[in-house]
Amino acid sequence: MKKDKFIISKKNFNSRLIVGTGKYKSMQECAKAINLSGAEIVTVAVRRVNITDKKKPLLMDYIDPKKITYLPNTAGCFNSKDALRTLRLAREIGGWKLVKLEVLGDKKNLFPEMIETLKSTEVLTKEGFKVMVYCNDDPLMAKRLENAGACAIMPLAAPIGSGLGIVNEINIRIIRKQTKLPLIIDAGLGQASDAAIAMELGCDGVLVNTAIAKAKKPFLMALAFKNAVIAGRQSYLSGRIKKTLYGNPSSPKSGII
Amino acid sequence: MKKKIKIKLNGKLKTINNNSTLFNIVKKNEIPLTKVAIELNQEIVDKKKIKSINLKNNDKIEIVHFIGGG
Repeated sequence: MKKDKFIISKKNFNSRLIVGTGKYKSMQECAKAINLSGAEIVTVAVRRVNITDKKKPLLMDYIDPKKITYLPNTAGCFNSKDALRTLRLAREIGGWKLVKLEVLGDKKNLFPEMIETLKSTEVLTKEGFKVMVYCNDDPLMAKRLENAGACAIMPLAAPIGSGLGIVNEINIRIIRKQTKLPLIIDAGLGQASDAAIAMELGCDGVLVNTAIAKAKKPFLMALAFKNAVIAGRQSYLSGRIKKTLYGNPSSPKSGII
Repeated sequence: MKKKIKIKLNGKLKTINNNSTLFNIVKKNEIPLTKVAIELNQEIVDKKKIKSINLKNNDKIEIVHFIGGG
């Protein structure tokens, strides 16, 4: 069988599970969960250095950016200006060009502000960034992002942190059919089976944070997501049977005594 | 007595010596330079040049790094 590659911006990855590093009880817990999940890409946020508590542990001391690909995000940005500023700073920290753009439009539902997202995608692409774009599940907007130079389309399954799973499978299917770009479900997954469904719909990967970090047993859930993504991908590649209204016996009808 | 100026470092008001450079601030606050990015008045600063950047009254410095996020 041809090797099933997960390629983002010309880089090969083995794991199709991307994991967020927020909401864990500690850096140790976060690092262990990532290790168990098998993720090779993790999202990170850009924030002020704590100048009053100099002994506060640093993420880079627990998750080595030489071994795990850091994907800086723009979480907390509500307009293009702030998102651009954040990602330019992220690049300055150590040359990060592969980034996750996330411009939010509403503090309650955390849905993406797509006009600002589209504008930011255009600017960042021109500046040489490789932009993975968090977006709503609108196929028309996904197309515009692709035309603007996005390197991956990352529609939400449901509101960030909601755990609702994929609420609009139809749109995800349509986006899958129309784009050859990596399609990654980002936000809203609640349990491992949600990830398997995303993969069975033909998505290239999933991005999960809260569902692992806030599970009662985050390490077990990290493993569950790892297995679900693998199983979902294998299932998708296997080519499922057609659904029928009536039964079809599994044992031969002939030779019955 | 040395003349003092006021700056803002990550949103906090600081009083520092008039002849301070950005490098002095980074050193005093034990900032790990390879793990941060620095902005001076909303312009990104080349970390290699911070020794030659003299601070002025009302300068706003932002020093950021990566933390956990989704």
